[in-house]
Amino acid sequence: MSEPRARALPALASALWRYVPVVLLLALWQAASDFGWVSTAVLPPLLSVLSSGYDLITTAEFWEHTAASLYRGSVGLLLSIVIGGALGIGMAWWRPVNYLLSPIVELFYPLPKSALIPVTALWLGFGDTSKILLIFLGCMLPVTIGAFNGARGSEQTLVWSARSLGASRLQTLRDVVVPSAMPELLNGIRTALALSFILLVSSELIVARKGLGSMIGFLGDGGNYDAMFAVVLAVAMLGFFADRIYQVMMQRALRWRE
Amino acid sequence: MARVEEGFAPSARGRRPVLVAEFGRALGWRLIAWSPVIAVLIAWEVFARSGAVSPFMLPPLSRVFERIASDAASGELVIAVALTLWRALAGFLIAAVVGVALGLAMARVRLVYWFFDPIVSIGFPVPKIAFLPIIVLWLGFYDVSKITMIAFNAIFPVVTATVVGVYGVEKEIIWSARNVGTNERAMLWEILLPAALPQIFTGLQVALPIAIIVGIVTEMAMGGYGVGGSMQTASRMADSLGVFAGIIVTAVVGYILVKLMSVLRRRLLVWHQEAMEPTTA
Repeated sequence: MSEPRARALPALASALWRYVPVVLLLALWQAASDFGWVSTAVLPPLLSVLSSGYDLITTAEFWEHTAASLYRGSVGLLLSIVIGGALGIGMAWWRPVNYLLSPIVELFYPLPKSALIPVTALWLGFGDTSKILLIFLGCMLPVTIGAFNGARGSEQTLVWSARSLGASRLQTLRDVVVPSAMPELLNGIRTALALSFILLVSSELIVARKGLGSMIGFLGDGGNYDAMFAVVLAVAMLGFFADRIYQVMMQRALRWRE
Repeated sequence: MARVEEGFAPSARGRRPVLVAEFGRALGWRLIAWSPVIAVLIAWEVFARSGAVSPFMLPPLSRVFERIASDAASGELVIAVALTLWRALAGFLIAAVVGVALGLAMARVRLVYWFFDPIVSIGFPVPKIAFLPIIVLWLGFYDVSKITMIAFNAIFPVVTATVVGVYGVEKEIIWSARNVGTNERAMLWEILLPAALPQIFTGLQVALPIAIIVGIVTEMAMGGYGVGGSMQTASRMADSLGVFAGIIVTAVVGYILVKLMSVLRRRLLVWHQEAMEPTTA
């Protein structure tokens, strides 16, 4: 019993050692204003950013903005995963669907997604639905392509043996094709997750009255830089932890492959 | 040699109709393959003219093309596209050069790896676009801040791809190079970079669309003309033709750039075994 614990300590120490450079950078940030290397108007000291961040998270306003952003991001991403994934698997499974959709996908995939921001605002205004549509449209194609490549790569022998063992087409789809498409599909969703944050924050910076992105713009315009840096850090941490949590979930979901 | 002479021989002229026919057939297949796209474009035109939606929400495609043509005639289109391309490509090039250099240093020097590895692994998933107001605060509204923002966003996939690529170079190649007395510089330029090039190029292919996306966002958020800036102005003035013209233009520019990258990849990696494999590009 004591063996794992004895190994856990060096593991913890090496994990801490790994993040020493980040701590160094943060210390450098604080020192830069303490020793007057840069003006505090340009770079507010880390400690005052943290204290105004603490003040912020005790206000209801901050949580309203956070909830607005999370709502838009999660609904848009969820729609893109469901519809994009279904399209990708459909393209790999039924040839006519592939002939019909692949030129459209090929044409729209390289479209710089941020160009859609003004159009969705034109259609649906400045509220939630325009952001949801933007994130849905922008994140759908990476999921579609991941699902398509994954499902197309599923081994023909597996499909044939499932069919010859008497599985129906739908059963084969559910039990053979979809699971074997999983690794690439999940990778596509990871790209979509990163993209959803980019689209969410930039659309909120440009056109919105709610959400963390608009809060950053609002605080910056008011010259309240301590709080602005705090919200930027909050958004950065949100994106970082979303990715890490997703990675852990992805590894769990793919454990059967071991 | 025989092929070169054939090209100058008069008999080549006789083969021209065959070439034309072949070209025509290829074009025909292309048209059939792309017919869903053409159908979508026609459906757009018909739907917009049917009166089911107001022309403000969805102007007919033909009028969008007229708008693009008049912008092109006045020179505005060229200026907007050139400005956006200059910023996006300048940021992309900085990200490419600095990213590959940093990735190589990380893969070769342990201290550099120790310092940058946690920073890169934290920085990669962070939505760096949120730092836009900070960059504006530091560097102002003009090209420098936009290009910095683009490079900052595009550099992460290049660094990680370079590190992975160099670590993936087969040890036997490095050992045999060392055995014949290769010095450090030749090792870098003649062994490590070429051997890691497939991965590095994949990183660049991820970084380029990011550069264009971020370039357009910075123009929308800070102004300063360009395709993003003119779309944002059009959107503020409820000029929906301008917005849709901007979408079509960015779609075409994005498509061409992505295609150029895959052509470049095939050119640069002709020697690599991946060139033998069938590609979809």
